[in-house]
Amino acid sequence: MTVMSYLGAIGAAQREAMQADERVIIIGEDVEANVYGTTGGSGKSRAQQGDFLQMFGKNRIRNTPISEEVIVGAAAGAAMTGLRPIVDLSYSSFLYMAMDQFVNQVAKNRYMFGGQASMPVVFRSAMFYGLNTGAHHSDRPYPMFMNVPGLKIVAPSSPSDAKGLLRAAVDSDDPVLIFEACILWGTKEDVDENEYRTPLGVGRTLRTGTDATIVAVSGAVPEAVAAADALAQEGISVEVFDPRTLVPLDVDGILQAAAKTGRLVVADPAHRTCSASSEISALAAEHIFDQLKGPIRRVTTPDTQIPFSPALEKQLYPNRSTIADAVRASLGERRHGTDGANGRTIADDSIDVKEVPAS
Amino acid sequence: MTDVPDRDVLLEMQRRMIRIRRFDERASKMVKRGQIPGTVHTSIGQEAQVVGATMALGTQDYMTGNHRSHGHPIGKGAPLGPLMAELVGKGTGVCKGKGGSLHLADFAVGSLGESGIVGSSIPIATGAGLSAKVLGNGRVALAFFGDGAANQGCLYEAMNIAGVWKLPVIFLCENNQYALSTPAHTVTSGVIADRAAGFGMPGVRVENGQDVLAVYDAVSTAVARARADEGPTLVEVVTYRFNEHSEGLRLGVDYRNADEKAEWVAKDPIELFKAELVRRGVATEQELDQLAADVLAEVDEAVRFTDESPYPDPSVAFEDLYTDQPQQPALAGAHQ
Repeated sequence: MTVMSYLGAIGAAQREAMQADERVIIIGEDVEANVYGTTGGSGKSRAQQGDFLQMFGKNRIRNTPISEEVIVGAAAGAAMTGLRPIVDLSYSSFLYMAMDQFVNQVAKNRYMFGGQASMPVVFRSAMFYGLNTGAHHSDRPYPMFMNVPGLKIVAPSSPSDAKGLLRAAVDSDDPVLIFEACILWGTKEDVDENEYRTPLGVGRTLRTGTDATIVAVSGAVPEAVAAADALAQEGISVEVFDPRTLVPLDVDGILQAAAKTGRLVVADPAHRTCSASSEISALAAEHIFDQLKGPIRRVTTPDTQIPFSPALEKQLYPNRSTIADAVRASLGERRHGTDGANGRTIADDSIDVKEVPAS
Repeated sequence: MTDVPDRDVLLEMQRRMIRIRRFDERASKMVKRGQIPGTVHTSIGQEAQVVGATMALGTQDYMTGNHRSHGHPIGKGAPLGPLMAELVGKGTGVCKGKGGSLHLADFAVGSLGESGIVGSSIPIATGAGLSAKVLGNGRVALAFFGDGAANQGCLYEAMNIAGVWKLPVIFLCENNQYALSTPAHTVTSGVIADRAAGFGMPGVRVENGQDVLAVYDAVSTAVARARADEGPTLVEVVTYRFNEHSEGLRLGVDYRNADEKAEWVAKDPIELFKAELVRRGVATEQELDQLAADVLAEVDEAVRFTDESPYPDPSVAFEDLYTDQPQQPALAGAHQ
């Protein structure tokens, strides 16, 4: 095991994939100069190990003009004809420039042509939310793409998942969009330096608990874990489940985690309407309604645009405090429900959990 | 000028042009009879432009196209039966009945798909050129698009990246002079072929796009350039569609006047090339009539194949979305 940052793990996965298969190429703006830190050596250590350009050459490291539509479409065409491109679109907000290619070509070509096409291409992009970059750089747009059949959607929340999921994405013969949360870039943990894959469609249980379940997505996952740890101090036992991929979605894993406690809180940094949390909540309501002890609660970003000022932006995203509040509120339902026999009552405002900035 | 093709190639050009004509005439009839659902755009009148370009490519070369979609795969050598079955929505269709007239594709002959979104397949062809370049397999890619698509931004993103990366791509503008009802000159600033200069690539305008050899010659030069790793070319071919924008379309305005139509219909590419083949002594009129009759029999056979083919099972709607999993019809519909 080696300590890797989230960003370093992505770089390691890209290097492994490039070394393992000559059909893998990297396409994107500023990839030659390793501006975003994923096309260097380990992490950003260009000088020690040499960067990707030196390792793999200009034929496979394709520095592009600022032309998202042709970047995405050409990667798709290359994937249909024998390459396995990894596309670095830098900011997730830039995906909109290529919306036609994503929706009409990338997602539809295999289906529309009766299975003649396969589309082994990975589109990486980073969600710069919470970093005071304003409305044009702060989007968390994965739910829009969940609404496009044919795409696979990945949202890693830890360095080890970032590495394993990216390798699985490169192996996939279908198009995969990976949404990386920049607030997680600096997160570090022990990561297996050997090659491994984390299968798409299999979630992960981060905390086991009996009182309530938090299903958390992307950057909300560490916040949910922090909330669970804080609640444990209060004697509240919380299950935390990270689906890790949104398409395919680990429906069984989500439903089992929610049914186990009967109280479901979904934490999702996307805008509220038609978010990942909407889908997860709907699935629970459809499939395990009888096992729920109270209403499903969602902690999301409200349906507003992202303002620049730190004084305005910070309050908008799910954090450990708002997630913990939602868990307490869901348990508060017990006072009026039939299973409140253990007598524990928790007022929503009885415990002060200090908000801690995201790492 | 490239060398004059040998006799077999010349006759194959005529055969493929007639295939497109007869196929589309039959499709048009079947639309009128209600045998083909949805919308159909024929290439009737544009056969020289299609075949001159596709015959300049090899079978291994790639091609993408647009909504006027039947001619391209036929020109590339695709068998007619699965194409006709696709138009009708049969399970034996080249796309299993999931594409239809707007989305024909036959990967076996390098046809990577026709796009119903104007201009949208140009980046796909550009990417096929990128893979050819990275893999060094000597293939080239050709993007068909119309005068309407010439005003889509993605064309210029594609021309720029193909130019800067010297990709083996041919951008082939089928200028039939109308984007549905809109005359190209009213929405297009300057000459389309001239736009190539801005990207440092050759721009060629084939004024007589009804002459299959003129088109073949221009595209062959572009293909040779691409194969020699010299980069992309923009070829604009001026042509004309004889039918309405789509079959069955009735517009209240007569946006193309009768004189203009008559003038172009007189320049029927198949008749022109037939006369040329006779003049050159490549074949007799009788031999060429026989060739046309043989093609008609091929179209009859394609229709028979279509008629005898079953419709796809409803479960096919849930196939081919992903390579490794069924999409989740059970979750989508089973829990009411």
